[in-house]
This record gives sequence, structure tokens and C-alpha cells, in this order.
Amino acid sequence: MAEEVKVFGAWGSPFSRRVELALKIKGVKYEYIEEDVYGNKSPLLLKYNPVHKKIPVFLHNGKPIAESLVIVEYIEETWKGNPILPEDPYEKAMARFWAKFVDEKCLPALWTAGFSPENERAKAAEEACECLKTLESALNGKRFFGGDTVGLVDIAANFIGYWLRLIQEATGHDLLSAEKFPALFKWSDEFVSCSVVKDSLPPRDKLLAFFKARFAGAAQTNASN
Amino acid sequence: MGEENKVVLHGMWISPYSKRVELALKFKGIPFEYVEEDLQNKSPQLLQYNPVHKKVPVLVHNGKPIAESIVILEYIDETWKNQPRFLPQDPYKRAKVRFWTSFVQQQLCESLLTVIKTDGEVQQKAFGNLFEKLEVLEEGIKEIFPDGNPCIGNYNIGLLDLVMLSMFSPNNKIQEEVFGMKIIDPEKTPLIFSWLTVLHQLPLVKESTPPDDKVVAIFKFVRENALKSSLA
Repeated sequence: MAEEVKVFGAWGSPFSRRVELALKIKGVKYEYIEEDVYGNKSPLLLKYNPVHKKIPVFLHNGKPIAESLVIVEYIEETWKGNPILPEDPYEKAMARFWAKFVDEKCLPALWTAGFSPENERAKAAEEACECLKTLESALNGKRFFGGDTVGLVDIAANFIGYWLRLIQEATGHDLLSAEKFPALFKWSDEFVSCSVVKDSLPPRDKLLAFFKARFAGAAQTNASN
Repeated sequence: MGEENKVVLHGMWISPYSKRVELALKFKGIPFEYVEEDLQNKSPQLLQYNPVHKKVPVLVHNGKPIAESIVILEYIDETWKNQPRFLPQDPYKRAKVRFWTSFVQQQLCESLLTVIKTDGEVQQKAFGNLFEKLEVLEEGIKEIFPDGNPCIGNYNIGLLDLVMLSMFSPNNKIQEEVFGMKIIDPEKTPLIFSWLTVLHQLPLVKESTPPDDKVVAIFKFVRENALKSSLA
């Protein structure tokens, strides 16, 4: 019986790319459906994620799951090869702790710092850097957060590994630099050059153009306030 | 035996995050030492065990600390595999539980905290937000209680139950005293109301619930402090 695996995502979204990365690590074939998240969400998306009406949505043999990290844990539990989480319950708890930290503290702080108005930038940048410093400590000399291979925390931190560097290029404001966070900076290079990750990233030029436009738009809004 | 399975919980009596871990340990029958933290004067151990957030709860198992209540609950379930199991075996059902737990934790709790800590228009808006989300949950849990009524006999307490019951209660008396209205209204969200009623009547939960007047006092204290500091 053929297995039906589908991902509803958006090309530039780090959240749907997390799901795609997990599937690629596991070698699971899937069908990808691009959603027009800024314009017109499909009736299927709204049916499968009525609570949040967001991507990503994962469909396995007709059964939908929403929330990227919930989906990644489901993928881990369903396809057993190439594990994303350690087996030891304590190490697993540590991975979940850091994935949560990335999702709930780092990402919002980084996004705010990237696009905040001039007068708020210094404070936002300071908070974002605090997060990066703390996150860096979790690496602890390892190549990836997951050890020798990409794991849950690396997947959760995909935004920091790839999107952040492009935001920095678009805005001219550096948060993650080799000087300030050598270990984390090195990790981001390792992350994006890892073959399974490389294949699951949005095209560089397209994403950079998107961020430049967004930054210009934010600057306009901030200037007129 | 001795040090082989030493469990210490650093908590605070009114913290819902701490309460859910405390109850989890009790439901699993795991012996533990409880350390009440004074959040105005956190112990050096707490700061050492949770340097990232410096918050309760922290579970220390054989000297190894874990922070973040939901991470702790999953750890407890994976380490002590006896009943009750907090998560189902089936991966899809597990995903559903995790999805709704995340919804309650991130969306409902945030709205509730805003309601507690604000007044005037901001509070009104937060109330609206909270009730909207409670309605979404009411609809969503129909798949968990397909018969429409959670029953008390042999109730297997799970992750979502622990998170929900530590944050919300069907005790309308307290809600009316603190907020002037029902938060969990048996008419607006009947399934949530009966679910919480069942949960709060479980003996282990009942015996861990502080008396009404203490709860009202702490809510009012938190609220007054929040309003004062927002004026500063």
C-alpha cells in the first residue's frame, strides 16, 4: 500500500522547511504543496488547520498535523531510521529544552531585532545577542547541537543557521558574527553546507530579495510613525 | 537503594507550572523531595540548575536538572513507564495531545495572564481573546471526548489534563471574586467545564488544591502588583 505523505508549506518559511528537512533526513518521499500565505490560503489548508490556519500542515495517509515541532516529533516517532532525538530520556529532555528556547525566545528576539525601528534597535539587538550567547553555550564544542549529526535543535534553529544571515545581509545589521559568537557562527556554516540541509533550503537570491523588500517596507512604516 | 532514584522538585506553591509537575510525580507514585522556592529570593541551587530561565519548576533526577514544565512532564513519562501514561502510544494521538497542550500553554495561558495583570480596555480585549480561544478548545476536545462527557471512573490523567487543570479550574466562586465573572462558564464551554470538574475532583488533585481564600488572596496580590508596576 502506497503511503501518502504531504507537506503544505511556503517556500520562504523556516517552519515548513523544518518539516521538509526532517523528512529528508529520514529519506521519506513526500508531495509538497505551496501555499499562498500572503494572498489566498487554500480551502484544504483551512480544513486541515482550522485552529491556526497556518503552514506547515503535514498529512500522513489523510491525517493532518499542525505545528512544526509537533510534526517533527511525529516524523521521528513514525520513521525510525536516522534518529533526530537521542534515545536517553535525559538527553532527549535537553534537546526539547533547547528547541523550545530557540522557538520561544531566540526567534522572536531575532525577528524583532532585525526589523525594529531605529530608536528601538539597540535594545532589541542586545536581547537578541543574549539569546545567541545562551544558545551558543548549548553547542558545547559539538559540531551540531545533535552531536555528529543534525538533530531536533539544529532543525529548530534552521532560521539562525540560514535565514538570519540573509536578514543581516539585507538590513546591514549584524547580530550573529564570527567575532561575537565564533562557535555558533561556525555551526551555521556547518549546518548550511550539510548535504541533507542544503537541499532543503529556499533559494538564496529569492530569499535575500524578499528580506530587502521587507526591510524597506518596515523602514517606510517606521519612518511614517 | 539510597541515591539511586533521588528526585527533587524545586517549585512554588501557587505556580501552575510547578503544580503540574508535582501532581505528575504524585500520580506516578514517585517519591520526591519538594523545595519551596521564594521567588523574591531564589536559592543558589535553583539559579545553578536553571541558569537560562532562573524559574521554577526544576526537576532534579539523580543530580541532573531539567527545566520547562512540559519538557519535565514528558521526561517523567519516559523515565517512569508505569501507569498513568501521560501520552498515548500511537504517534498520531501523541501529536494531537502535543498540539492541544501547546495551544493551552501558549495561547490560553498567555491570555489568562493578561486578564489577571491588566485592567480597563486592555483587560476587556484580553477577556475577549481568552473566551475566543476557550471556544476553539471546546470544539477541539470533542475528538478527545467523543461521547461528550468525561467520566470519573478510571480516569487516565495525561499531559493535556495536567497542563489544563493546573491553569484552570471550574471554581466559579474564585473567578467571580477575582474577575467579577466566570472564566470557565458551564453554559458557554460545557465540555471544558465538565472535564475540569472531573479533573479537580480526583483525590490527588483535591488534596493538592490550596483553600479558596488563599488562592483568591494570591491572585489579588499578583494583580495589584502588576497594575502598580504598569503605572510606574
